[in-house]
Amino acid sequence: MKSLKRFAGSSLFLPVVSLLVLLLFNACFVDGFLSLQVTEDGRLYGRLIDILTRSSSLIILALGMTFVIATSGIDISVGAVVAISAAVVCMLIGGRGDGVAETPMALAMLASVCVGILCGAWNGLLVAKFKIQAVVATLILMTAGRGVAQLLTEGQIITVYYKPFAYISGVLPGMPLPTNLFIALLMVLLVVFLMKRTSIGLFVQSVGINPTAARFAGINVTLVLFLVYAFSGFCAGVSGLIESSLIRAADANNAGLNMEMDAILAVALGGTLLSGGKFYVGGSVIGAVTIQTLTTTMYALGVSADQLPVVKAIAVVVICLIQSKKAQDMFDRFKARRAKKHAGGKAVDAL
Amino acid sequence: MKRYLNRLIASPYFSFFVTVLLFLALYGVGMAMYKGFMRPQVFFNLFIDNAALIIVTVGITFTLIIAGIDLSVGAVLALVCMVLAWLLENTGMPLPVAVGLVLFMGTAFGAVQGFIITKFDLQPFIITLAGMFFCRGLTAVISRDTIIITNPTWVAIASYRIDLGIGFLSVGAIVALLTIVVSAALLGFTRFGRTLFAIGGSESSAALMGLPVFRSKVLVYTVAGFCSSLGGLAYSLTMLTGYNLHGLGMEMDAIASSVIGGTLLTGGVGFIPGALVGVLIQGVILTFISFQGTLSAWWTKIVVGALLCVFIIMQAFITEQKGKLSSESSMEGNEAAGPPEKP
Repeated sequence: MKSLKRFAGSSLFLPVVSLLVLLLFNACFVDGFLSLQVTEDGRLYGRLIDILTRSSSLIILALGMTFVIATSGIDISVGAVVAISAAVVCMLIGGRGDGVAETPMALAMLASVCVGILCGAWNGLLVAKFKIQAVVATLILMTAGRGVAQLLTEGQIITVYYKPFAYISGVLPGMPLPTNLFIALLMVLLVVFLMKRTSIGLFVQSVGINPTAARFAGINVTLVLFLVYAFSGFCAGVSGLIESSLIRAADANNAGLNMEMDAILAVALGGTLLSGGKFYVGGSVIGAVTIQTLTTTMYALGVSADQLPVVKAIAVVVICLIQSKKAQDMFDRFKARRAKKHAGGKAVDAL
Repeated sequence: MKRYLNRLIASPYFSFFVTVLLFLALYGVGMAMYKGFMRPQVFFNLFIDNAALIIVTVGITFTLIIAGIDLSVGAVLALVCMVLAWLLENTGMPLPVAVGLVLFMGTAFGAVQGFIITKFDLQPFIITLAGMFFCRGLTAVISRDTIIITNPTWVAIASYRIDLGIGFLSVGAIVALLTIVVSAALLGFTRFGRTLFAIGGSESSAALMGLPVFRSKVLVYTVAGFCSSLGGLAYSLTMLTGYNLHGLGMEMDAIASSVIGGTLLTGGVGFIPGALVGVLIQGVILTFISFQGTLSAWWTKIVVGALLCVFIIMQAFITEQKGKLSSESSMEGNEAAGPPEKP
């Protein structure tokens, strides 16, 4: 009972419970939702695996976004950066019909991740050096970014016929699970390593709580902010690889569309306050899986992709209200007043 | 001379002067390069083509003055276009009622956003970002296809041209100009306007002065919602359709225009005529691209993004240097600039 109560108070409570509710809902209404099968060549197959695979790019984005939000910033350009990174990798490999890569794939992948870091560094420069509000600084790239991606692909959708490119989001021969799941796992491990072995997490947190105090404590606030946005760009670059490999094409208009909202939602659901400070990497990861489950559930219910934002927007507002200190105060006062009334009534009864 | 220059840079209207000069320079280059630029109608077309953006920019300027932001404007505009088209085509609702209804809808949406932001002390960008996604999604819920407006009165209004002798204006452009005049008067000459600048300067000081902070903040987002829906009507007059992707990225164009026109993103400073010139600059760039003929429309976004960057960086620079620049002419300037950055 005590541990249950502690769990209810922890940051993981909200994402885990909403994930469980969604899974329960799916298990009841979708046939064969929980069944897992193993195909002949040793691959795991099932709806749960599907959700996990699909959420890998969102998990990666949410990791970067967690740090950004922890410094009380925001990065709404991630969707556009995903599009740019997808455009770069597809452009470099090239859409040749005979399935030959124009640039070695490793080089193309490296280039697209580097472009992602470059975009993030640009955001970081604006926010950290020029002290522009994070929303506006990243809004520039959010709108201009798709234009850049469009210019790179010359307004076309580049389709890649080079076979190994599909492996990034596909299954390598002999592996039980798709590669992108391993990439996401690797990224999570990298972040966990940074958290456990270095003091970067502490730096980020202190910058988020009070940048002035952090500076007086000897932290290079400008550098921390810059690195945080660069890391978010790196994550978006990796996501762009996965997203483009998933459809084996670069679509400048639709790659990573609305993903910034999903990433913010995942982080908020994971218990990180949007006003910055304490952050929870584990919560963000579970939050990302929850969001993907929500998306899949909505698709199963027949909601189309362009209508889905309605549901997510409502979810964001509700989570913000739950997190809001003022709303909590109001709720507490309301409860106190009711308890008082109740007690008063009892006293009258006793008389 | 140097002192005079310093005072000029420190003046709140410096951005505005730069913007007007930039506009004149761009227009001059256009006139030198293309003969067609000389025609007065090209200038009037700037107003006709950007009527919706002008109105939306006015709304966003209000939110920027109180150091808030409204990212939902483009989506509200699309929703208004869609609802109007849907009402006119699928129900027998008379035009004035439909127009009134969509105006009310946008205004109410702005008010709800403002209430949530102010009452629960939430960041404006996250709530209005959610509002943006909400309205875009709702537009898709109503219809995923383009709805074409065939209502004869609306079409007649859309094609009506007001003759000015040397050129003509559309109804939307007239509405935009009226919005500019009314909002400039509202900000410059009323108690409400002064309250907004006070809140933008320092919210807690404004509250301690006994100004109605809560009411004013909610009102600002209501005004922004109203402007977005009015802009939606103007947009509907140029497009005559309702479509899910109308006004995509317009929030960025509007913020850019406002900032280029001298609104400080940190709040407290804003100038409506400047915002108008900001929109006109974007219009000139667009005209350039259409006169040039081979550049893709995506260049507008990139150029506007770059322009926004330049102006924001200029603002950051001015804000930082303001204390130093005006310290020669007055001692108060130094204190107003806040504590020095490095100990």
